[in-house]
Amino acid sequence: MAVVGITGCARNPQTDNTLVVWHWMTDREPAFEVLAARYERATGIKVRFELYAPSDVYSQKIVAAAQARTLPDIYGILDKKKIFAAFIDSGFVADLTDYFKADEGRWGKSLFPKALAVNRFEKGNSFNVPPGIYGVPIDVTNIQMVYNKKLLAHAGIFEVPRDFDEFLEMGKILNIHGITGFVTGWGERWMVECFASNYAFNIMGQDKVMATYRGEIPYTDGDWIKVFNVFQRLGKSGILFEGIVTKANKYAEQDFALERAAFAFNGSWCVNVYHDMNPDLAYGVMLPPPVNRARPMRIWGGAGSSFHVNARSPRKDKAIAFLQWLTAREQQVYLSEATNNLPANRNAGASVTPALTQFAEGMDHTTHPTVWPYNEDALVTEVFDKAIQAIVIGEKTPDEAAREIQAVKERRMKKKR
Amino acid sequence: MESLTLKKVAFSDFKDKCGNLFFIVPAVAIFAVFYIYPFYKIFNLSLHEWDGISLIQTFVGFRNFRELAVDKIWWSSMGHAAYITFIALTFQNALAFALAVACDREIRMKRFYQVVFFIPPILSEIVVGLIWRWILDAGTQGGQQLGLLNHFLVTAGLPHLVNDWLSDPNTALTTIAIVHSWKGFGWGFVIFLAGLQTIDRELYEAARVDGAGPWSIFKNVTIPMMVPVILVVVILTILGSMQVFILILSMVSQGLVYHTEVPVTRILSAMLESNRFGYACAMGVTFGVVLIAVSFIMKTLSDRFKQ
Amino acid sequence: MNGYQIKNNFKAAGIHGFLLLVTATCLFPLFWMVRSSLMTQATIFTDQSFFPGQMHIGNYAAAWMDGNFGMYFLNSIIYTVCVVGGIVLIASLAAFAFSRLEFPGKNFFFYMFVAAMMIPLPGGFVPLVVLMNKLRLVNTRIGYILCMINVGLSLSILILKTFFDKMPRDLEDAARIDGCTKLGIWWHVALPLARPAIAVIVIFNALNVWNEYILATLLLNDRSLMPLQRGLMVFQGAHSVDYPVLMAGLTIAAVPIILVYLVMQKQIIKGFSSGAGENIIFLGKRV
Repeated sequence: MAVVGITGCARNPQTDNTLVVWHWMTDREPAFEVLAARYERATGIKVRFELYAPSDVYSQKIVAAAQARTLPDIYGILDKKKIFAAFIDSGFVADLTDYFKADEGRWGKSLFPKALAVNRFEKGNSFNVPPGIYGVPIDVTNIQMVYNKKLLAHAGIFEVPRDFDEFLEMGKILNIHGITGFVTGWGERWMVECFASNYAFNIMGQDKVMATYRGEIPYTDGDWIKVFNVFQRLGKSGILFEGIVTKANKYAEQDFALERAAFAFNGSWCVNVYHDMNPDLAYGVMLPPPVNRARPMRIWGGAGSSFHVNARSPRKDKAIAFLQWLTAREQQVYLSEATNNLPANRNAGASVTPALTQFAEGMDHTTHPTVWPYNEDALVTEVFDKAIQAIVIGEKTPDEAAREIQAVKERRMKKKR
Repeated sequence: MESLTLKKVAFSDFKDKCGNLFFIVPAVAIFAVFYIYPFYKIFNLSLHEWDGISLIQTFVGFRNFRELAVDKIWWSSMGHAAYITFIALTFQNALAFALAVACDREIRMKRFYQVVFFIPPILSEIVVGLIWRWILDAGTQGGQQLGLLNHFLVTAGLPHLVNDWLSDPNTALTTIAIVHSWKGFGWGFVIFLAGLQTIDRELYEAARVDGAGPWSIFKNVTIPMMVPVILVVVILTILGSMQVFILILSMVSQGLVYHTEVPVTRILSAMLESNRFGYACAMGVTFGVVLIAVSFIMKTLSDRFKQ
Repeated sequence: MNGYQIKNNFKAAGIHGFLLLVTATCLFPLFWMVRSSLMTQATIFTDQSFFPGQMHIGNYAAAWMDGNFGMYFLNSIIYTVCVVGGIVLIASLAAFAFSRLEFPGKNFFFYMFVAAMMIPLPGGFVPLVVLMNKLRLVNTRIGYILCMINVGLSLSILILKTFFDKMPRDLEDAARIDGCTKLGIWWHVALPLARPAIAVIVIFNALNVWNEYILATLLLNDRSLMPLQRGLMVFQGAHSVDYPVLMAGLTIAAVPIILVYLVMQKQIIKGFSSGAGENIIFLGKRV
């Protein structure tokens, strides 16, 4: 017995009635277990949620499983659209379009279009993937600014800033009262990208940004310099929290929850964090203050987490049925209440907390790199993010950064030809 | 007749030697399966362009290596790792050696120190990262310093020394190097102590009888006997410090611009962010070659030193 | 007190002062860990004092039960014992051969092991998992154990060979004259003499296995096979971190490894206190 216990036999072959789901969402594990139990009672089909965290280890596990052809029935892909396309190309992801369209599109219509858009490949997409929907969103999210009402009131501020200049002014006033203005997780590259992208869209509009990605407009263009100026002004104004460029978003969330900063840039998942750490926190949600008031501010948002079905799984149909159940109204209400996240189902909205409702109001302004016709080259993006960090700490000027990014861009464009 | 006997002796000698191979069979077997195969795959992949998922891998020969040779960020990341290693070799190992010598003698509370100095290596990276982040925090709330170090500097009357230790390009890498050394000196301490303990005490007695003073004993008995152990610790320090990355991730997230990049973070970045598996593998292979070269140099130097 | 004694006292005081300073920096994180584990999520950031106002030991119970610690703890112990035992056996056999025996290809194999230490495989994990799948060793205890043995093998061989090299040859010769086989020499002479070195590699590998997380997550699927670090990961959500319970969990996780170190550390200093003479008598009685 002991020998067997120590050497351990290979695990029992999966029964035909068990669905295996791989995920990374530590915070939602308990809620998932509850739902799995409910599903088994309702249909007799067992669903096993397996958690692999943190998310970078999860990604490695998915890649290894893809290479070894041992992907589970249901899993998520935490990567760019290009990699999503590679998964589809290699036959690891089932095409769900027909299921969404069935019954006069009943399933598709029950979910927010923006949540589906993240999982959709349009006709003529640059990845050469057959158009269709390849994933199921289980929640939606967006990233906006939050502000601490108490701290602002302490400094005599009772209204949110209407534009970027006012934002910086408020920062100065807050400093006088010994309050740091703004915190976010710019130690994480994607957070830098998100903020920069929001302001790029605000300053020059989506088309010009897409043209830049195509290589038609250089990063040294005046509008891009304006974007970099945003960061330079932030860096010089004293509004930024110390160590912001080496802060993981997790720590920035804690800083805001502990009332160390008046403003933060964060996603709707923060509601759960703030509730855990400081239930009495009095805060509101607002869009980032625009530089260009004539153009509406676009924020990143759409599907929060999505699940995909393994196209090679013998239980494909059962997996899809489960996901349909998971995104049905009743389950979405439960998930939303249990984990403080916005539901993907349009009819489940009534259950959310007031703070989340404020986030939900921003969904109309959302966009996301996964729904754009073009994405920037990964290496250029890295240089872009790092250059902005350098601007924030005062190491580079916007002009220097622009030239550096453009040089890399030109090198990469040459390689592609 | 005689030559036949010699041949017989030589043959049985050879058989005997082959029998000795059995001693290393288990090690080599495991090694072959779990190391050589993945290594072969990595080397093979370094000659391809691949995103890690697609079914097709494109053979590109040595292009990845050529690109790597002119990758300024890669070589500067090597430099950063070398800097951390340098601090570890000097500061960390000098500390470890000094402590081992102090504990080798019969002093009170020796047992206690031996336990305490090994606590930093035992602590998981999570705790080390968390605690040092808190110590080095540069934030303020209501005029008070949040980080322990800055708070201490202010109360000690040195407010001009207050700094953003992890976000200042001038101090970030050094700070990380010091935390790394702090975490690692326990290893050197344990190995040095074991080495000191295996020095025959009679040698010390003989030297003392000859009238040698403590410094002379140290120079002429301790150090020479410790050379192989010192070499092992040096190699281990180099290997461990060049490969540091978890500590960096937990202290500065994805990095302070490019100032805190090290080879392993570049490899991870190429693998997970740029999705260039082949390039990442080329980095891995190049890194290994550099380390082997360095170890070879160290071995040659130490051999010469032994004479 | 004469001048010599005063100087000695100063020297002793200086050495102790230095040692105590280093001790303080080493003990502080441990102290902080325990202190935090006795607080609640609400007070852990606001209460800046060194000793929490109220001791909240419920966190330990929470860590043990919510974290399913019992099962993970047992797994970690199984893995650590098997891997360390395996490495001590396999590495000492190989190191003995490299140090004391002659055979074709000796240098080649030795430098192969040493070179293996130099080439990191951060990223070598994915091909390894694919290989393990092919060998049907994924999601098995033996698969993980074998992988971890391999991880520590090169270094252990290097350390042991270094110590074997320093062994005085007269003991070995005496044993051989008395008719000991090579294996016998390994078991009766080399291993006991290298006790400090073995203690070192026991600690080293035990720590590595105990703290290992990434390979375990990649290689194992069933929760019943997961080690302790997996249990700790659950307390660190992607956003919310339950700090007090995490600290309690980390404290529980640190205890066994500290115990292993305490036991091994005795072996290190026991080694050679009375010199080689002791061991000749020992051999005489045996053989």
